[in-house]
Amino acid sequence: MMDFIVIPILALLAATAVTVARIRNLWAAVMFTGIYSFLSASWMLILDAPDVAFTEAAVGAGITTILMLATLSLTPRRQRKSGRLSSEDFEERPSKSPLLPLLIVTITGCALVYGTFDMPHFGDPNAPIQVYPNPSFVEKSQPDMHGLPNVVTAVLASYRGYDTLGETAVIFTAGIAVLLILRKNTDDQSSSESQSVTGENA
Amino acid sequence: MNSFPIIRVITKLLIPYILLFGLYVQFHGDFGPGGGFQAGVIFAAALILYGLVYGLPAVHKVAPPKVIEKLTALGLLVYAGTGLACMLLGGNFLDYDMLNHGFLTELPAALDFLPGDKPHHFLPEGQHLGIFLVELGVGITVTAVMTMIFYAFAGRERVTT
Repeated sequence: MMDFIVIPILALLAATAVTVARIRNLWAAVMFTGIYSFLSASWMLILDAPDVAFTEAAVGAGITTILMLATLSLTPRRQRKSGRLSSEDFEERPSKSPLLPLLIVTITGCALVYGTFDMPHFGDPNAPIQVYPNPSFVEKSQPDMHGLPNVVTAVLASYRGYDTLGETAVIFTAGIAVLLILRKNTDDQSSSESQSVTGENA
Repeated sequence: MNSFPIIRVITKLLIPYILLFGLYVQFHGDFGPGGGFQAGVIFAAALILYGLVYGLPAVHKVAPPKVIEKLTALGLLVYAGTGLACMLLGGNFLDYDMLNHGFLTELPAALDFLPGDKPHHFLPEGQHLGIFLVELGVGITVTAVMTMIFYAFAGRERVTT
């Protein structure tokens, strides 16, 4: 019964991915990435991971799409011109043979594939991921957390508190970096208000 | 999108529910699916929706950029501060068991007349309180960073060629 939902979603995911890669219209491509994220969110919900589904739906389908559209609205829309520019760039340097990049990519790929041989087989019950955050966490977390039923939250915020602190710091750093990159040019253009804001923070 | 009355009205109708859902995901994250990150993103989505439909000046009035910038740091400080508080109370960093306060942890007898199921713990303490504070910090930071990135993108002028 579940297959009737699972197979169409996976098929749509694959179709959307191919479409994103092949489509020339950037606006349509952005909308298709949003659809892709939404389908992934549905797929994660089927896999009983509502936390991840929330995140994927809100970040992937929502905010990322809006940010991409905002970026597209800032850049010149004439795709053809930019496309021709890049093709001119490509024509200008045919002297560099594609052999070296191809060689590097092949070697890196081989090394990565070789590395996967050490990994446990897919679905191996003895793999560390199945064994290590072992089932006793589920039983242990109840008395440890004063009866909080959500083991995921207990693991994320308490047992793995350092990791989550690091993740929050990463988000903070990313926000600061975006602000630093994008703020600078607005200062150049105008807006004494934003200048005073950055002046205060500096 | 200022000239589309249907979008404006529907947005005004939707935003309270989005915010409410964000609060639910934030504060119910210890019991159901969710947590600080998801709640922060949902909250930011509500602000971004408002900004998209009503324009950047309107959303700047609701959430001024200066405040948002400070909130990014505040969330991280709440998180790290919870850890430091545990150290000051004699434990390890982020050792929430130090946050046991024993104050009003059971439902007061005066409130026994309330109908329905009694909450197991009246005021959170220990691990529960620690998780609550930490998730609050994550939620504040994520909301502020997402909103700030949107401001940064939306505030830019079109590149003239």
